[in-house]
Amino acid sequence: MSIANETARPAVDWRSVEVTRFRKRRYAADRRLQFYGMGAIVIALGLLAILVTSLISTGYSAFTQTMVTVPIELREDQIDREDPFSANWRTILRDSLKKLTPELEASQERDYFALFTNNAQFLVRDQVVKNPQLIGTTVSFTFPVADPVDQLSKGNIDRNQPEQLRRVNDVQIAFYDKLSEQGAISVPFNWSLFFNADSRFPELAGLAGAISGSFWALLVCFLISFPAGIAAAIYLEEFAPKNRLTDLIEVNINNLAAVPSVVFGLLALAVFIGWFGMPRSVPLVGGMTLALMTLPTIIIVTRASLKSVPASIREAALGVGASKHEVILHHILPLAMPTILTGTIIGLAQALGETAPLLLIGMNAFITSPPAGFLEPSTALPTQIFIWADSPERGFVSRTSAAILVLLSFLITMNAIAIFFRQRFERRW
Amino acid sequence: MLTDTTIEKKLTAMANDPKIKMRGNKVNVFYGEKQALFDVDLDVPGNAVMALIGPSGCGKSTFLRCLNRMNDTIDICKVTGDITLDGEDIYDPKIDVVELRARVGMVFQKPNPFPKSIYENIAYGPRIHGLTKTKAELDEVVESSLRKAAIWEEVKDRLQEPGTGLSGGQQQRLCIARAIAVSPEVILMDEPCSALDPIATAKVEELIDELRLNFTIVIVTHSMQQAARVSQRTAMFHLGNLVEEGPTDKMFTNPDTKLTQDYITGRFG
Repeated sequence: MSIANETARPAVDWRSVEVTRFRKRRYAADRRLQFYGMGAIVIALGLLAILVTSLISTGYSAFTQTMVTVPIELREDQIDREDPFSANWRTILRDSLKKLTPELEASQERDYFALFTNNAQFLVRDQVVKNPQLIGTTVSFTFPVADPVDQLSKGNIDRNQPEQLRRVNDVQIAFYDKLSEQGAISVPFNWSLFFNADSRFPELAGLAGAISGSFWALLVCFLISFPAGIAAAIYLEEFAPKNRLTDLIEVNINNLAAVPSVVFGLLALAVFIGWFGMPRSVPLVGGMTLALMTLPTIIIVTRASLKSVPASIREAALGVGASKHEVILHHILPLAMPTILTGTIIGLAQALGETAPLLLIGMNAFITSPPAGFLEPSTALPTQIFIWADSPERGFVSRTSAAILVLLSFLITMNAIAIFFRQRFERRW
Repeated sequence: MLTDTTIEKKLTAMANDPKIKMRGNKVNVFYGEKQALFDVDLDVPGNAVMALIGPSGCGKSTFLRCLNRMNDTIDICKVTGDITLDGEDIYDPKIDVVELRARVGMVFQKPNPFPKSIYENIAYGPRIHGLTKTKAELDEVVESSLRKAAIWEEVKDRLQEPGTGLSGGQQQRLCIARAIAVSPEVILMDEPCSALDPIATAKVEELIDELRLNFTIVIVTHSMQQAARVSQRTAMFHLGNLVEEGPTDKMFTNPDTKLTQDYITGRFG
């Protein structure tokens, strides 16, 4: 086109009505796009708020536990100093409990004793066995009340309901009120939620077993999937020839990342437990199963971050005569590491919340002591939630929500660490 | 005692001497289907600066990267023909690439210091090649390399600070020091001043001129003035062909081909 033709076009009037209206329509489109985005965020945040609110509203009461403080006479004629364990602790406890309420009638004893946790006698026994010098004195013991009483004290039971619809009867309410007047009832923070293992009794049930089970399983998962994932990614990215076979491997790794976790559980059941004969319900097998799921995530993240290290660094290292492993281990991998760690933590956070594969390898067993290592049977946080959600006692409802909150707080912590890594160590080129 | 002019004369004589450091013979380079170099025959004389000039995409950088097999890192790149270093074919399957790259160092277009300390940037090469036995020896290599690259005075008090924190010109001289530290015989420079301001460029050019006492230098440049200032011999590339090669003085005053004449006078390119 010649310059003469170019100048022949009339000058544009940028302020004319038509041009201005056209421009306004474009601005309106900008604003609409912005509003759609904001709307989506409001919906997402709203749903999150509903989730968290409902969890907190049902779960908060599990973070306190109604306790009763009772002076208990440890009479020498009832307890053998040489063998305190074998004393009749049920009688010792009941004698002291009766002293607390002298007006107790024989017909009311059953209801009265049901106010206290079923295991109170064992809690007292264990304390005395540990400290035998207590024998011969009267000691104040604090232990949980039974779950229905806990619910009563937290206001979850309506006293005006007919007696047969309540889980505490009138006699029990009367005794509870009396103990309360005496100042024997307290509602402190529920440390046992974190330091007790599972129990049939909600007032005693805690997450210690689940938390340590999850810890061991994640440790195993990390120790397997992190080195294996990085090694596989380095091979695929730096060494593997680009051919049909490596294409196939790549497609399959991506597919593996999308396989439903229950399938990995079945695989682990068949291979690790069925074939290798490894024990059931142990964090070792759980961790290996989770590693199967986390591995593809780590491989994909590592490959992407290796790829994102600029070629100039690679060339600089090659230029001074670095060999292949030196280029990778001295330069590329350290620079990719923050991103790899971020991806790994997010992968582990995903593994932490995974339930289905753990159910299949038996990590939903009822186990009342925390595992001391990765070869002892245990539960994990998500399977503990599953067990509690399935339990009929009223106290497990709030404990389920509390356990979910604990799990969520672990996830938030891990994701926060991942974000920290990303912001603190990520390089800009 | 030698005066500057006698050194200059001696060097010019050496540059035009047939003592050939590297030689390319019928070099063809393919990127997949596309051929980037066609039958290039080019000799690089020892202890001289050879400038490769030509318009963008003419293959001068490609040729440069063949000289230390940096093109190996590109999967689809294929090189045919012979390139020799002191008479040895560097594309021989038996050749040790790590040794080759130690002997033929490289400085890149964009300064690319490692994101490590200044000291580590220089010490890295000698360390991986096992050139020094003790820490004191390594310290010495670091200092002398930085001195040769004319940056010692600027960084001697902050050797532990990251190399990436230096200015662009300083970074490029750091990269040159890094290349020198391995004691190469040849240094390849791929437009080393294109990302630098005129003052930094002047410093680097001055440095290149000094370096040819100890090293053979091949430099790719887009600046005709730079080629004229720093090089003894110049090779002109166009569309993957070597158009003309000769002493720099002659190339810039009386080139054999019209193409070179047009390019250096700025009529195209």
